[in-house]
Amino acid sequence: MDSLKIADKEFKSRLFTGTGKFSSSVVMEEALLASGSELVTMALRRVEMDNRDDDILSHLNHNQFNLLPNTSGVRNAKEAVFAASLAREALDTNWVKLEIHPDPRYLLPDPVETLKAADELVKQGFIVLPYVQADPVLCKQLEEVGTAAVMPLGSPIGSNNGLQTVEMLKIIIEQSNVPVVVDAGIGAPSHAAYAMELGADACLINTAIAVSDDPVSMAKAFSMAVEAGRMAYLAKLGAKRTGAEASSPLTSFLDDLN
Amino acid sequence: MDFIDHIKDINWSDIADKIYSKNSSDVERALAADRPSVDDFMALISPAASGYVERMAVMSNRLTQKRFGKTVQLYVPLYLSNYCENQCVYCGFNSGLKIPRKVLTIEEVKEEAIAISKMGFKHILLVTGESSKKADVDYLEEVFKTIKPYFSLISIEVQPLSQNDYERLLKVGLHTVYIYQETYNSNTYSNYHLKGKKSSYSGRLDTYEKLGRAGVYKMGLGILAGLEDWRVDTLFTALHLRYLQKRYWRTKYSISFPRLRPNAGGYEPSFVMTDKDLAQLIFAYRIFDNDVELALSTREDRLFRDNMINLGVTSMSAGSKTNPGGYAQDNDDLEQFSVNDDRTPVEVAEAIKDHGYEPVWKDWDSSLQ
Repeated sequence: MDSLKIADKEFKSRLFTGTGKFSSSVVMEEALLASGSELVTMALRRVEMDNRDDDILSHLNHNQFNLLPNTSGVRNAKEAVFAASLAREALDTNWVKLEIHPDPRYLLPDPVETLKAADELVKQGFIVLPYVQADPVLCKQLEEVGTAAVMPLGSPIGSNNGLQTVEMLKIIIEQSNVPVVVDAGIGAPSHAAYAMELGADACLINTAIAVSDDPVSMAKAFSMAVEAGRMAYLAKLGAKRTGAEASSPLTSFLDDLN
Repeated sequence: MDFIDHIKDINWSDIADKIYSKNSSDVERALAADRPSVDDFMALISPAASGYVERMAVMSNRLTQKRFGKTVQLYVPLYLSNYCENQCVYCGFNSGLKIPRKVLTIEEVKEEAIAISKMGFKHILLVTGESSKKADVDYLEEVFKTIKPYFSLISIEVQPLSQNDYERLLKVGLHTVYIYQETYNSNTYSNYHLKGKKSSYSGRLDTYEKLGRAGVYKMGLGILAGLEDWRVDTLFTALHLRYLQKRYWRTKYSISFPRLRPNAGGYEPSFVMTDKDLAQLIFAYRIFDNDVELALSTREDRLFRDNMINLGVTSMSAGSKTNPGGYAQDNDDLEQFSVNDDRTPVEVAEAIKDHGYEPVWKDWDSSLQ
């Protein structure tokens, strides 16, 4: 399968993963290894940044994984920039998943603060992957300030509701010059395959893997679904037929004309 | 419009009548609702739903896993002072009781903080009686500064403060404030709260508005089960929760379920909430609100707590001492109530793991605020 390039990194796997909600760090480690995922996001608030033996970090210590610290928990641009700076120092990476959700209930991203923070973080040399609403205009604005990708949501985070924003995702994919990673709401491998068939560059999955009865098997299932979707996209899906074809041609009169 | 204005025309006995008239088809409708309403919640906490507890448990398990994962957060209370200026008939810190009183010195606070952090805790709840003479905001500010290096999330359960004082504490690391109305029955509230600032029903209720305006990260609500009919009180709590979520939408919410426990005051509960009632209530809350945090303290016994790990609860205290100085020293005669689950934090964490859940010690970082 073709690889995906974001900033200066090449990814063979187009499945990105999260580290929350697992029943233990050991299960997390096994599932993420099985997923083949090469980009793994973790909440700053969950890790002890000054502790190398931190329970989460120590289980992510594999060459396969690139760490993508996220700013989950911050409520505005200022807090996000500060949190990203701490993460850069502690985890030795300038990659950051920018998440600003002032609403703690549905964790929906704040577009105004996200754009502001992205602008500032790019200026400070970060590789910024912003989590946003499936808003095509916002995605273009983020691309213009220099984010390395955009991460629009399929439906509210943790909802497992699939691609409820599909009309907007299609526009974002069509218009984007940076990779589009569908993040949040993907609840089943079929949702991920669908996103990839539409031309998304990658999917980020957490809840659906972590909360399943068998996270290792579910991680593999998502890996296969993402690959299948990508392959189908590259092979080009046949056009959908929406209606029956007329049995007698409507344009046969053209043959009678010169 | 504040919450007190919202409920001034809502009659306690009307609510009771509504709850007790719910039938099984109301319960079925509530269980099938995409976003259950307060009216649906009435059905879920009604006696009519008692036959649905198993189905509710299954839903609660599934909904909680989806939102919170297979995790339970752990926190520990640190009692700073048992001085109190209130006379609440049910409480072991009642100012009318002749009991030894103590407020920890800053040096003692530091010793306790070190003892607690050695147990592995990163989330701490500071508790005091309600005395603005013995443990005022200046004292609390000092405590925050002293313990901040040891913890990533600091909560308080202390006397109501002014908006300005909450803002002050937010600057030095305050995250969550737990404040319990105890009962929403304005007619009987004064029977339980005889003296002190807490005797003002409206003053107590206004605290939540102050917290919202100050912008605390999380607010914890709750009633004291045993005072009034828990079903009616719970319904008022749900109205309060919905009001707060709409008005102070940046704040997170948590519900606690204290039940009256034996204490030095020897107050007997007049309305009993059974274990089965409490289980039904926890499931009902989860179905009503998929996102609200549900906390269970060591007031509940080990068997109940262990069985609730995967059924809706999202945070638990462990290894709790309810007397000031209880971690570094030992003097039980100061305690607010005797705990029902006296396992060590490591033992509680093991029980959580045995249920296939991950005990979470840290879910916040002081750098985020």
